[in-house]
Amino acid sequence: MSQGSQTRVLEIDGLRRAFGGLVAVNDLGFSVEQGEIMGLLGPNGSGKTTALNLISGVLRPDAGTIRLMGQDIAGLASYRIARLGLARTFQLVRVLDGMDCRENIKAGLAFQKPHLPAAEAELRIDTLLHRVGLAGHDLRLAANLTYIDRKRLELARALAAKPRLLLLDEWLAGLNPSELAIGIDLIRSLKADGITIVLVEHVMAAVRALCDRCIVMSSGRKIADGATADVLSDAAVVKAYLGGVVADA
Amino acid sequence: MSTRTAGLGALALAALALLALVPRLGNAYYLALAISLLQYTVLATAWGLFSGPTRYVSLATTAFFGVGAYTVAVLGEILPWPLVLLIAAALGAIVAAIVGLSTLRLSGVYFVIFTFGLTELIRQLVVWFEVNKSRVLGRYVFVNITQADIYWQLLALTAAVFLLGWLIARSRLGFALRVIGEDETVAKHCGINTTFAKVALFTISATIMTLVGAIMAPRWTYIEPSIAFNSMISFQVLIMALLGGAHRLWGPVLGAVPLTLLFELLSARFPNTFTIILGCIFLLIVYMLPRGVAGLFEKLSTTSAGKTTQRVAT
Ligand SMILES: Nc1ncnc2c1ncn2[C@@H]1O[C@H](COP(=O)(O)OP(=O)(O)OP(=O)(O)O)[C@@H](O)[C@H]1O
Ligand SMILES: [Mg+2]
Repeated sequence: MSQGSQTRVLEIDGLRRAFGGLVAVNDLGFSVEQGEIMGLLGPNGSGKTTALNLISGVLRPDAGTIRLMGQDIAGLASYRIARLGLARTFQLVRVLDGMDCRENIKAGLAFQKPHLPAAEAELRIDTLLHRVGLAGHDLRLAANLTYIDRKRLELARALAAKPRLLLLDEWLAGLNPSELAIGIDLIRSLKADGITIVLVEHVMAAVRALCDRCIVMSSGRKIADGATADVLSDAAVVKAYLGGVVADA
Repeated sequence: MSTRTAGLGALALAALALLALVPRLGNAYYLALAISLLQYTVLATAWGLFSGPTRYVSLATTAFFGVGAYTVAVLGEILPWPLVLLIAAALGAIVAAIVGLSTLRLSGVYFVIFTFGLTELIRQLVVWFEVNKSRVLGRYVFVNITQADIYWQLLALTAAVFLLGWLIARSRLGFALRVIGEDETVAKHCGINTTFAKVALFTISATIMTLVGAIMAPRWTYIEPSIAFNSMISFQVLIMALLGGAHRLWGPVLGAVPLTLLFELLSARFPNTFTIILGCIFLLIVYMLPRGVAGLFEKLSTTSAGKTTQRVAT
């Protein structure tokens, strides 16, 4: 293994997935370095969520390789990929409605190997509840949480496994300005922990504040890849976003 | 908590000791009724073990029950009884594992239909085998097992199924099944091998059902496929578990006891309209008690708890 591939958390090459005649992800390739926050941008329907689904094993790629910490995970079952250190949140928030907040977080860490001793697991759950701003909500049923609290809980569940790579699918969408500021700080603090993050986001303020680097997709293809400021001023990107929404934001 | 567990355990043991005395009453009718009650209690509880947390509705109860009963019909006279039970359990487990691996990817209504079809398939296989290979249409069950023996075996199995259910609920497997029931995609992303977890629990539940069939077989002196594979059992067990509430270990028994008594009464009084009444009861349950009797108890206790907190708050 070369020096480069050891710090490269995610490396994707020639990734492709079609639904019938629609090629949702087309010859996609990019890589993410250890500790980086990478933005995955693109207009609606450009294939961002599909790309995340391919990486986390919800969907099988038609072609291409996906390397997580150097290991090819393309086509592997989701649970195996999860155990290799990948966690994610979903565009439409998914929490376990019939369980309380503690159990939701416990679900995230109980099936990782090696198994944590019970006392240590409880301690980590406490820490995570506190960290995402749900301290004191231990026994509240997830179904009874507000929208932002559901998002917080989903993130806590994803973090419970101490992932090497975290995929966030529009985790900041639908938050009001003050919640957004809290959310941005929270994600930034994850970077300090050494978690590598791929972030799908339409909120440009958040992208500017968080992402070291961005790639932009349009109709399944990658049309830009580079430092955030450069990518957002790229002519092709502005055009893809129909009349420069990016430039305004 | 642990004192409460110990208390419950002692209570359960006492109940078990009391129930073990039923055959001593010397009343054949009560013994037969008690056997029916235990039979459906075990079947419904075993059904809930898998279907409660996963919310997969299985109509395969009859298939496994029948496999157990037929194992006894074929091997009962040849082998010692404990060995017959062991073989029945193993057969049930193997069938369940194969069925589980091939069907638990199906979701919702497809799974229901498949499990229903499975019963018919196994029944037809048995018929085909008996007619073409062994050249008999039915078999006599001559084993040295009394009604009291059947009762005690079922009682032991009842105790075992509750103990097992209690252990599973506190295990990682039990938690995994609950997460799967909530959201299978999330479960996978939490690192749960969902196929393994579902097949494991399906197999455990089916093995118990198979044992019930095996233990019950000596009750009939003559067995043929339509007796052993009576699909009514699947529906009755489903209704009982849903009435009681399959999301709790102690839920299905709350449905099994009253409905066994009711079915006993109805099938004796109205043998012809029995199925219609069964259907109506099913509709009533689904409309009025979506979470079963267990859910009703929970709701009552939380609303009274809610009132208390309200009073505290104001
Ligand atoms: N399971 C599926 N079956 C068929 N088509 C799909 C499926 N998933 C996605 N698509 C299609 O693939 C294309 C890309 O969808 P995708 O959800 O990846 O876009 P996106 O970039 O995440 O968009 P958005 O910003 O709206 O979330 C869309 O045209 C979508 O309709
Ligand atoms: Mg999307």
